[in-house]
Amino acid sequence: MMRTLLGAAAAATMFVASASWAQDVKPAVVFDMGGKFDKSFNEGIFNGAERFQKETGIEYRDAEVTAEAQREQFLRKFAQQGFDPVIAVGFAQGPALEKVATEFPDTRFSIIDMVVDLPNVQSIVFKEHEGSFLVGVLAAMASETGKVGFVGGMDIGLIRRFACGYEQGVKHVNADAEVYQNMTGTTPAAWNDPVKGGELAKSQFDRGADVVYAAAGGTGLGVLQAANDAGKLSIGVDSNQNYLHPGSVLTSMLKRVDVAAYNVYKTAADDTWAAGIQVLGLAEDGVGWALDDNNSALISDEMKATVTQVRQDIIDGKIAVHNYTDNNECSF
Amino acid sequence: MAGAAANTGVPRWVAVGLLPVINLLAAFLVSGLVILAIGENPLRALAILLNGAFGYQEGIGFTLYFTTNFIFTGLAVAVAFHCGLFNIGGEGQATLGGLGVGLVLLYLDFLPFVLILPVAIAAAVVFGAAWSYLPGLLQAKRGSHVVITTIMFNFIASALMVYLLSQILIKPGQMSPESREVAQHTWMPFMHDIFPIARSPWNGSFIVALLACAFLWVFVWHTRWGYEIRTVGANASAAVYAGISPSRNIILAMVISGGLAGMLGVNEIMGVNHRLILNFSAGYGFVGIAVSLMGRNHPVGIVLASLLFGALFQGGADLAFEIPKITREMVVFIQGLVILFAGALEYLFWPFLVAVFGREADTALAAAE
Repeated sequence: MMRTLLGAAAAATMFVASASWAQDVKPAVVFDMGGKFDKSFNEGIFNGAERFQKETGIEYRDAEVTAEAQREQFLRKFAQQGFDPVIAVGFAQGPALEKVATEFPDTRFSIIDMVVDLPNVQSIVFKEHEGSFLVGVLAAMASETGKVGFVGGMDIGLIRRFACGYEQGVKHVNADAEVYQNMTGTTPAAWNDPVKGGELAKSQFDRGADVVYAAAGGTGLGVLQAANDAGKLSIGVDSNQNYLHPGSVLTSMLKRVDVAAYNVYKTAADDTWAAGIQVLGLAEDGVGWALDDNNSALISDEMKATVTQVRQDIIDGKIAVHNYTDNNECSF
Repeated sequence: MAGAAANTGVPRWVAVGLLPVINLLAAFLVSGLVILAIGENPLRALAILLNGAFGYQEGIGFTLYFTTNFIFTGLAVAVAFHCGLFNIGGEGQATLGGLGVGLVLLYLDFLPFVLILPVAIAAAVVFGAAWSYLPGLLQAKRGSHVVITTIMFNFIASALMVYLLSQILIKPGQMSPESREVAQHTWMPFMHDIFPIARSPWNGSFIVALLACAFLWVFVWHTRWGYEIRTVGANASAAVYAGISPSRNIILAMVISGGLAGMLGVNEIMGVNHRLILNFSAGYGFVGIAVSLMGRNHPVGIVLASLLFGALFQGGADLAFEIPKITREMVVFIQGLVILFAGALEYLFWPFLVAVFGREADTALAAAE
């Protein structure tokens, strides 16, 4: 389903592309410390930018920071050299972008995962808690033991937001369910430690969990592997990871940063780019859950019906999903 | 090196000046071949690298900003080396130093700048020194190797900062684990605020770094403590025989080493970021090892090596920026080649130089006789 949807979207944009571009764009992107090939967040942006380049033939330029001060340096350089629009990837670039965007009021900037309130900045944030709620619902329905697990990457508010949304989704289906939560670590190394991720998942299986959700970047690959080895179910994150272990990956919580990046460039080229805050949740298809050939056997009709209903209820506001970072606690 | 020069009759300027230049050129030559292999023009790459590092005011500012960091961590490694210790905990000590600076700027900002400056520097030194005191103590009293303990302390420092910034010091209502911005009057002045030059992160900490170099020179070579530290480093048994306590000097050297590494926090927190953040040490502590080795553990050499690495960092960033095909990993590769040729393969071309210059020296000697 995902594939056909994407294909349709691509075909639609090809059609638009054949019409002449309204405006000359010189797109650029500043990746964060993780680098563009982090198999996760930054790479999602990279994929979106690559797709734009392939479809339109308009080349984009990128830069990867290695030191704090370089965020500002690279953003300023792109602006100085007339690049427009410029994407800043990640919440850590917020303060740097605030300075540079003030200096270059005619350049259009978009920042992902952070809000910068300036007239020439578009802030794109995601409701990860909503998507996590949905996969929590699926996890609870797929679980036979009534115990499910969560393996997070680095212990920061963003990941706790995933965990909290997931827990709410699980409890929504089964109020007595137990949710085991482990964070891989407290340093950025926690994003890329598949061995430890696998061990954490195994310990959760030992305690009776039979579905585990990994929101941990590269660490998650170890979680998915451990679930496959133990004959349990896992849930992937950010991009569609269902194909990694067909029959073992229950679903993936999609966070469409690639679509966000693509849209920034596309809207800039169409001259429909607008500053302001874009909060991408379920309603905007910014987050969601993945269903394709690899996991269709795992998702029963009842599960599909329930999760579709829950999704609609969240969009309609009948179910309020608590956002951890609103008050830094998981109260619901 | 000087010893080697003396034995072979090679003039000193060849050993101290020409050999490092040849090593550097060899590193650039190999880098050039790789750049050629990926289909880019190596001369253009070199031009961008040099121009990025020294060609325009902002670039020079960035080069000197990186240089400042490397001077602090290079000096830190050097002073431990003089005592025969290998302090690879610069990262953790710098992190704690930055924490000390940050706490002073956050909570003592009612003080005027003239008072904040010495207090913040003192806090950087004390916090950094405290973080290396324990490994030093364990080495001196229990024989726990500092290589192991200091690197473990890096992880503890990192975890401590994550805890503090995600739970306690975080500015409420934001995602990023960062403290609030400190009051503007506590900032270390940027050089572009003092002199009419382009904006860059180069700030007053550079002067602090040069003062630290002068301090190290006086301390290591012109004080009794420095003499004792060098004696312990050269031969601990002989030091005992001479009535010098190795354990006392190990602790002293480690404390000073940690204090110097901690001062990196002055440049990063007080000078550039103006708030407490995670991972501002960004590997400078480890590069400090290479800086110290290349600089022969001497302040003058450390300043020059820091300038080289500062130029490579800034020029390399420009290189990756201007030529999309050259990634930042490629830049790290070039830096690695420089370390390889200037550090590990330092004497690769030495026999050749001896053959050329050694003979001349011999004839000069013969003529003199």
